[in-house]
Amino acid sequence: MAAVTIKSVRKVFGPVEVLHSVNVDIADGEFVILVGPSGCGKTTLLRMIAGLEDISDGEILIDGRRVNDIPPKARDVAMVFQNYALYPHMTVSQNMSFALRLAHANAAEITARVTKAAQILGLETLLERFPRQLSGGQRQRVAMGRALVRDPQVFLFDEPLSNLDAKLRMQMRAEIKELQQRLKTTTVYVTHDQIEAMTMADKIVIMRSGHVEQLGSPLALYDRPENLFVAGFLGSPAMNFISGTVADGAVVSASGMRWPLPAALAAAKGMAPGRRVVYGVRPEHLRLGDNGFSARVLVVEPTGSETQVLLDLGGEKLTAAFRERIPVGVGEALPVDIDTASVHVFDPETEKRISPAA
Amino acid sequence: MSKAPLRIAVAIAWLAALLNFFPLAWMLLASFKTEVQAIASPPLFFFLPTLDNYRGIFAQQDYASFALNSIVISLATTLLMLLLAVPAAFAMAFYPGAKTRDLLLWMLSTKMLPAVGVLVPIYLLARDLHLLDTLAALVIVNTLSNLPIAIWMLFTFFRETPKDIIEASRIDGANVLQTIFLVLLPLVLPGIASTSLLSIILCWNEAFWSLNLSAHNAAPLTAFIASFSAPQGLFWARLSAASVLAIAPILVFGWISQRQLVRGLTFGAVK
Ligand SMILES: Nc1ncnc2c1ncn2[C@@H]1O[C@H](COP(=O)(O)OP(=O)(O)OP(=O)(O)O)[C@@H](O)[C@H]1O
Ligand SMILES: [Mg+2]
Repeated sequence: MAAVTIKSVRKVFGPVEVLHSVNVDIADGEFVILVGPSGCGKTTLLRMIAGLEDISDGEILIDGRRVNDIPPKARDVAMVFQNYALYPHMTVSQNMSFALRLAHANAAEITARVTKAAQILGLETLLERFPRQLSGGQRQRVAMGRALVRDPQVFLFDEPLSNLDAKLRMQMRAEIKELQQRLKTTTVYVTHDQIEAMTMADKIVIMRSGHVEQLGSPLALYDRPENLFVAGFLGSPAMNFISGTVADGAVVSASGMRWPLPAALAAAKGMAPGRRVVYGVRPEHLRLGDNGFSARVLVVEPTGSETQVLLDLGGEKLTAAFRERIPVGVGEALPVDIDTASVHVFDPETEKRISPAA
Repeated sequence: MSKAPLRIAVAIAWLAALLNFFPLAWMLLASFKTEVQAIASPPLFFFLPTLDNYRGIFAQQDYASFALNSIVISLATTLLMLLLAVPAAFAMAFYPGAKTRDLLLWMLSTKMLPAVGVLVPIYLLARDLHLLDTLAALVIVNTLSNLPIAIWMLFTFFRETPKDIIEASRIDGANVLQTIFLVLLPLVLPGIASTSLLSIILCWNEAFWSLNLSAHNAAPLTAFIASFSAPQGLFWARLSAASVLAIAPILVFGWISQRQLVRGLTFGAVK
């Protein structure tokens, strides 16, 4: 187990800079998820930790040791690839024991470790099979097993669940998280699925075009997104954004609708009257309530556990997520309240969050 | 394709096959004729076959030593070539640089030149290194001349192996040799086999360098054939018999391995 420090790391491919001075501190035993849209550089960063890509600038430390010039085999990291990358000509047990055999571990030790990993992952009956004789989910487990038997300092995962169906993905999500909590091995996990990120991570690193946009605990990021990108990225359905202008304690949108603000935020620096802002409210912060606004229902989407409704509120289209089942039809009016304490305001130019003075 | 063009295509294929086969058949027939029958015009198709040519050849030349040279040259060349081509193709397939493609094309382009273009320098080099008429000279020259094709073929095969697998083995702690021997080679064995087969066949049939760089000690079967087109005048029947003896082993070999060869020569297109 080890801490991983990523210091001002840059990556260039020829003339293209794909990572711009990335800084991330990963504590010993922490489960960190790198998340962001396709092409933002998640895989590249992970591969740099693994030693599969050169570090163009900056440094990476594993357990306090600078690893820039240390080859993958000497970094004591294990990686699970998106397409599993199992050795097709080796059985499951040979796949899992490959690293140990290379390290000349003794036979008893190898058997013990493979057996243990197979037990943890439910692979006992598959040990003599070849990868081609396994289902996608089983292959995924073997790939995990291969990492597990090594008992490395750091686990690296690159979208390990993206090739699985939805149900299996949920199951594996829980299993990986449970396993990591048990083993307490420092883990860096790449995904572009924000639900995976929210549910599994101790710490999320949100990336966009080679920059870290924000990092922190899932709920901290969810509750206090530092900018429009993070606000829109986390949460499903996504946060509603409304452009408007600040006018005495509220944000006024094009139709003249007044969007309420908490007093502290209304008094914040940067909330001068007439200032253009983006007002953000999450779907679950729209509630049914009689003392609020009257919205018109455009679309109703019951998911079973909640009801998602697309509303027309003051000329804006908003998604609301209600815990209760509501018997409304399209075109009907629905009285809604905004949970004022939970709204967000952003500067449309800098895209940064505007907060009350501390 | 509609019927008529298909038939024409099949007919052309047959014609090509017959045209290819005809000289071989002719040679085989001639090898069982007397010298007089062999030059008869119109040609004889029905005659009493004789083994005299073969007897004469074995009496006149040491077939076995030529054959042994051919075998040694083919196998040694193929081994040496694999030793060089596998790491080269490995680097090109899995760690390509900006110029890898150009390099491959450049290597291949050396095969577009006529060998005779470098006859003088190679001859002089061989002479100065005291390698004339040695197996080593032929092994080295054959290796160099087959290397571009071998690297190209292996490169194509290697690239069908997902890079992730190679990287996984690196992370698992394998060094380059372990990655090549324990992970890559077992996966690309058919490709290695095809490349080796092709190399053996090319070496066996190589005549230009054999004739120019060997005299007696290192002469392979292609030189054996040539020794019968010698100064005493032309002996068609005997020359034919010598040719049959020279190509018979490789024909049999090619026949046995033809499936593997076809697979390899389609350059990994069919998996
Ligand atoms: N070997 C390479 N040569 C040149 N550019 C590359 C190379 N590898 C990645 N890139 C570029 O670097 C950027 C980041 O790629 P990366 O694979 O890290 O993205 P990602 O965040 O993992 O995306 P995804 O979610 O699609 O996997 C992309 O713009 C990609 O085109
Ligand atoms: Mg990726």
